[in-house]
Amino acid sequence: MFRYYLDLALRSLRRSPGLTALMILTIGFGVAASMTAWSVFRAVSGDPIPWKSSRLYVPQIDMWGPSAQVGNNDPDKGPPDALDYEDAVALMRDHRATLQSAMYMVGPAVVPSQPGKHPINVSGHAVFSEFFPLVDAPFAYGNGWSANDDTQRANVVVISGKLNDKVFGGGNSVGKTLDMEGRDYRVVGVLGDWHPQPTYYDVVNAGGFNIDPEDVFLPFNTAISIGMPNQGNTNCNVVPQAGFVGLQHSSCIWIAYLAQLDDAAAAQAYKTYLEGVARQRYPSWAPNVRLRGLMEWLDYEHVVPPDTKVSLLVALGLLLVCLVNTAGLLLAKFLRRSGEIGVRRALGAPRTAIYAQFLTEAGMIGAAGGVLGLLLTGIGVASVGLVMPRDIAALARVDVSLLLTTLLVAVVASVLAALYPTFRASRVQPAWQLKSN
Amino acid sequence: MTLPPILAALRKHKAGVLLIALQVALTLAIVCNAIFIIGQRVQRIHRPTGLQEDNLFMVTQSWVGAPTGDDQAATDKLDSMLRTDVAALRNLPDVESAVAINTMPLTNSTWSGGIGMKPDQEHSTAQAAYYFGDEQMLPTLGLRLIAGRNFTSAEIQHRAFRGTNEPVLVIITKALADKLFPDGNAVGKVIYVDGGKKPSTVVGVVERMQVPSVQSWANYFTWYSVLIPARLDAGFARYAIRAKPGRLQAAMREAPKALFAVDPMRVLDEGATYEDSSVHSFADIRANAYRADRGMAVLMGVICLILLCVTGAGIVGLTSFWVGQRHKQIGVRRALGARKIDILRYFQLENLMIAGVGAAVGVALAVGLNLLLMHFYEMDRMPVLYVLLGLVVVLALGQAAVFAPARRAANVPPVVATRSV
Repeated sequence: MFRYYLDLALRSLRRSPGLTALMILTIGFGVAASMTAWSVFRAVSGDPIPWKSSRLYVPQIDMWGPSAQVGNNDPDKGPPDALDYEDAVALMRDHRATLQSAMYMVGPAVVPSQPGKHPINVSGHAVFSEFFPLVDAPFAYGNGWSANDDTQRANVVVISGKLNDKVFGGGNSVGKTLDMEGRDYRVVGVLGDWHPQPTYYDVVNAGGFNIDPEDVFLPFNTAISIGMPNQGNTNCNVVPQAGFVGLQHSSCIWIAYLAQLDDAAAAQAYKTYLEGVARQRYPSWAPNVRLRGLMEWLDYEHVVPPDTKVSLLVALGLLLVCLVNTAGLLLAKFLRRSGEIGVRRALGAPRTAIYAQFLTEAGMIGAAGGVLGLLLTGIGVASVGLVMPRDIAALARVDVSLLLTTLLVAVVASVLAALYPTFRASRVQPAWQLKSN
Repeated sequence: MTLPPILAALRKHKAGVLLIALQVALTLAIVCNAIFIIGQRVQRIHRPTGLQEDNLFMVTQSWVGAPTGDDQAATDKLDSMLRTDVAALRNLPDVESAVAINTMPLTNSTWSGGIGMKPDQEHSTAQAAYYFGDEQMLPTLGLRLIAGRNFTSAEIQHRAFRGTNEPVLVIITKALADKLFPDGNAVGKVIYVDGGKKPSTVVGVVERMQVPSVQSWANYFTWYSVLIPARLDAGFARYAIRAKPGRLQAAMREAPKALFAVDPMRVLDEGATYEDSSVHSFADIRANAYRADRGMAVLMGVICLILLCVTGAGIVGLTSFWVGQRHKQIGVRRALGARKIDILRYFQLENLMIAGVGAAVGVALAVGLNLLLMHFYEMDRMPVLYVLLGLVVVLALGQAAVFAPARRAANVPPVVATRSV
């Protein structure tokens, strides 16, 4: 029977090629626009570490007090979104989470060992040894450094595969020496393919999305002791004393913090602990702390650009208009065939048969629209790079799931659009139709 | 032509009429919000920075192995390296002037602080961005001085990048002057930067200078800039360079060579992409800063275009169907004496009514969508003008779309009435 309906649908569509083409184009463009917007949205709103994000937390402590809240538009009146040096060091010393790391962004220059090559700037973070297990960073060679290296302020470094290729020509470079800012660091690990998007461990400084992964990670204590300045934002409530050392004694915020807490009880205990720290360090105001889960934190920091959301919303609006448009055209098309429906009904076809016949026809239009939509989505995603910011455009890609979604959306949308026209078609009175002919 | 027959006919096609009206309503809602977004972005992209942007470029570089301490010796060493670089740049044949500057408009690298009117003022009067440079800053950037004077070379100080910010003299923008001194005449008055204790005297006012950040967080102080007569000494430096007229490309090629000749131990990339390069013309800086805005405007434009095409085609399709359906009735009307123009008018008026009802609903939807965007996505309130513009666009679209089928209807010969009855 289904094949018969397919045949009927094909005949019907061929009978009015203009209208058919119009419907296919409408569905194709509507689906392609929304799928292109969806591919971008999906890329920027995804979970960067799905297997673990529920166990990662970002602590906040209010080190500025209520006077700094004047003019704060955030209804939550939450603490600043980074830590000052002394708070971060205090949290690291107490070491209450399963794994934790304070970190700050650095941008040292690396001097290639080959003569005649100009130095290059790299970006990275000064972190603690627990950072690598905390973020599950994969190593191609070697490992992170030890807790002992943290205390000893060892001159060690973990580098990205890309920097390894650039400076050492690839291969196992563990044990080799990297010259940063005129100092020698021993390479202890080379990272594998690791480029989390967004850079969730420090969204405040590293921004949401980066085209290139970070190149170097060195011990926090080492970086502090040699005075490697922070490359990220510094936000001050009170003007600090001069110099990098002055910054370390100030309440300026420039340090990010990530902690792993394995269950709700541990998170609750950690929050109580944070309140204790705040009460002890800032006795002159009531403790104001937050402990946000990673996904909640990314949302709070507005990592997904509002433009992406607006684009998706508008594209979905376009899809809705396309649906309404298709519904109108199908209605006209189906009702024009009232005579044919009358004959089928008079010959004994039940209403369900009419439903099956016309929904098959709509599904066919949807499938054709979907195929066109696939093509246009491909073009759309490819040209996203021309109009969107490069860091975001680089994330949008066509994959199997996007292709399947496109087809599915096209077919489901057309069948939805056909529901009312089909209902009307099934209500055609056979007697009236036969009489009038 | 009277309305009752049209209404009576429409009642026979309730569903079709409703679908077209709904489509027109949604189209109107989306199109005027999209046009509003486009208008806003275009306005943003084209706002002048206050600089003379032709022939201007910027070099960002850092020294390798430069002193990192904040002590006097390190600062002096860095300052002499900075001055050597600037002197080398000023000596180039294609360079008109050059200045070491901490940042430039549209580069998003912002250093800002609160400006007070009293010492140790707790809550600042205005937020402003700081630009540090010497007496060549004004001519190099091409800023227009509208009151007071420029700095003199004797007034230029130098200090460590992380040193305290207590300038003796400043030049401020007119917007900031108007905010701080509403009575006018800012020149000669004092302000306190960063809520500090030491007064800074305003020696000049420039007409306009945008802050470095084009991101939304800096929107509330876009035109509040303070120029400070000092060189900042750090491991990195930016140079704003004005090429001689027409010599921009040549100067951009020469500058890195000259800097490497002074000292090869520095990071100064000349890669192909914007991110991989340290030398940018101001035109490139502008294009890069507003890339996202231009992209959004293009995207909205494409969506509007598709939307209008789809809706127009939908109207053509449905009206054609109706014309086909009423073929015989049209023939009867023609036989009874209706002129072609009457038939044409009939369909045009019919479309106007449907689109009008849709547009009325659409206006409400448009305002609703705007409120939604304002609430969730930091959008501004849409002026009524855009709604009216959208209204005109969809009504015109309806009329344009209905014209072809209506003319086909008008061409139905009266003889049709006599056939197959």
